[in-house]
Amino acid sequence: MNRKLLSAPYLFWSALFILVPLCMVFYYGLTDKTGAFTLENILAIATPEHSKALWEALKLAFVSTVICLLLAYPLAMILCGMNSHKDSFIVLIFILPMWMNFLLRTMAWQSLLEKTGVINGILGFLHLPSLNIINTPAAIVLGMVYNFLPFMVLPIYNVLVKIDKNIVNAARDLGANPFQTFLKILLPLSLPGIFSGITMVFVPALTTFVISRVLGGGKILLIGNIIEEEFTKTDNWNLGSGLSIVLMLFIIFNMVISAVTDKDGEVNAL
Amino acid sequence: MKKISGKTTKRIALALGAALACAALAGCGSPSSAGKNGELYVYNWGEYIDPDTLTMFEEETGIKVIYDEYDTNETMYPKVAAGASVYDVICPSDYMVNKMIDNDLLQELNFDNMPNALSNIGASYYDTAEEFDPGNKYFVPYCWGTVGILYNTSMVDEPVTSWSILWNEKYKDNILMQDSVRDAFMVALKLNGSSMNTLDVNELEAARDALIEQRPLVQAWVIDEVRDKMIGGEAALGVIYSGEAIYTQRENSDLEYVIPQEGTNVWLDGWVIPKNAANKENAEKFIDFMCRGDIALMNFEYITYSTPNTAAQALIKDEDIRNSEIAFPDLSQYNNLETFTYLGEEGDELYNQYWKEARSQ
Repeated sequence: MNRKLLSAPYLFWSALFILVPLCMVFYYGLTDKTGAFTLENILAIATPEHSKALWEALKLAFVSTVICLLLAYPLAMILCGMNSHKDSFIVLIFILPMWMNFLLRTMAWQSLLEKTGVINGILGFLHLPSLNIINTPAAIVLGMVYNFLPFMVLPIYNVLVKIDKNIVNAARDLGANPFQTFLKILLPLSLPGIFSGITMVFVPALTTFVISRVLGGGKILLIGNIIEEEFTKTDNWNLGSGLSIVLMLFIIFNMVISAVTDKDGEVNAL
Repeated sequence: MKKISGKTTKRIALALGAALACAALAGCGSPSSAGKNGELYVYNWGEYIDPDTLTMFEEETGIKVIYDEYDTNETMYPKVAAGASVYDVICPSDYMVNKMIDNDLLQELNFDNMPNALSNIGASYYDTAEEFDPGNKYFVPYCWGTVGILYNTSMVDEPVTSWSILWNEKYKDNILMQDSVRDAFMVALKLNGSSMNTLDVNELEAARDALIEQRPLVQAWVIDEVRDKMIGGEAALGVIYSGEAIYTQRENSDLEYVIPQEGTNVWLDGWVIPKNAANKENAEKFIDFMCRGDIALMNFEYITYSTPNTAAQALIKDEDIRNSEIAFPDLSQYNNLETFTYLGEEGDELYNQYWKEARSQ
């Protein structure tokens, strides 16, 4: 009884801010402006502009996720290999930038990457060729990797740190070289962390509209930008909701994979 | 129109500053006069007012001002139309006023409460406003201007006379366009010699194709950022509102503003009171206050957008500014000047669709 009472605020919260908005998205997505049922808003994903934006978003999110994974795994291993004292300090340093506002950090990258920005100023001073990636997909990928990397490192680190060192030692004793140890022991055991990290990077990367807006100069429309504009500028909530439902399918698919591989739920209990 | 901090970081800094100032004011303890005569919710373009005038208004009237900002007419409209946020005074542009009247979102003003609005605002501006506000019932002009090309004379050596320079390969990656549907299409439509209010599908498709053709040359589609990027020498050419030109020239003397020969948009922004306003009396006091000569002058000097306030114009001390071709152009010497009209819901949808197509190629 008591326990149920304790969860009441949370239940109220999720009903109000998750369930109700979700229902509204479905209502708007499945109706037209007059309120009649229609599938048109969902099928609108097939138009060239929308499918191209979705494809762009999938592409950039995929590339960012792969880069994050390649950077994060070694980093997580290094963090694991440190003694516990230093360890928490390094983790702290790593998390520290996350305390700063996400928008500010992305805008900082805009100032850094601009043609007359900080990085090109330094490159120019050293007589090196300038870096022209602002307002290109490369800048967006950079922004995504920078912003979402911690979400990849932490789940992997969380799993790696729990792997019994004796298992690794046993593999070594039985003659496995470091590479074999990694491939046969560490990698399979850390798969839940990897999948969780992939979800935590891929989903926000797929849906972002801020990073593409700030670092893409309005030239690259991702599906997130299209949806955002339907709500804030074009004032077509029905179409915006319909496209959101399509996007949700991709996210749910991704999360199902993650849930299946992380049955114990230990990774996400960060 | 859009006097928005280019670098949004700056805007955030300003916001933080404002928050600090508010906290400081609140902390002063003395039951300040602000608020004793009620509140006023103002929704205006970003950086489109001298903040000191708001403080003065609060002190003189005892009305507490709650001030919000937007960056395009299109972002303002859904918020007001949805009724989620209730404002007492808003500052939309011509065609948007038209749209709001059509959708029954505005209430008529009582000019008896606003003597300054009648005596200080030039009659010609009310005549212009008749186009979108027949009978001058809903709208009091606040600022006006043109849209043109701002260019950096150290990066552009040829004379800039035509929109077509924005399609010149030479300036690849050095061109800034406005990231808002009507403004972007205005440039392409004018380039093709069409009206910027056209609903002709062929003309619109031609304009869309022109924008697609231009896309590889454009550095970015931005709104507020044009100002700071041009000052910083980040681009050679940018489409910008005339009001920004004087400000940018102050910061960077290499910048020049021109109205292209194919014509452009002459716009008029002003105060309206939405139907659901809770403080109509205060709103009219505010509009009247903004029409006072000294206040309009303060705003003009702060935001450098052309003022329709003849009392303020007479008070401008700097002769160069008073006679400035940019601040107060003689419009009769330009051809094909137009003002945006509301296109109706279907027209809006048509433009939005082509705008989406233009950007997704």
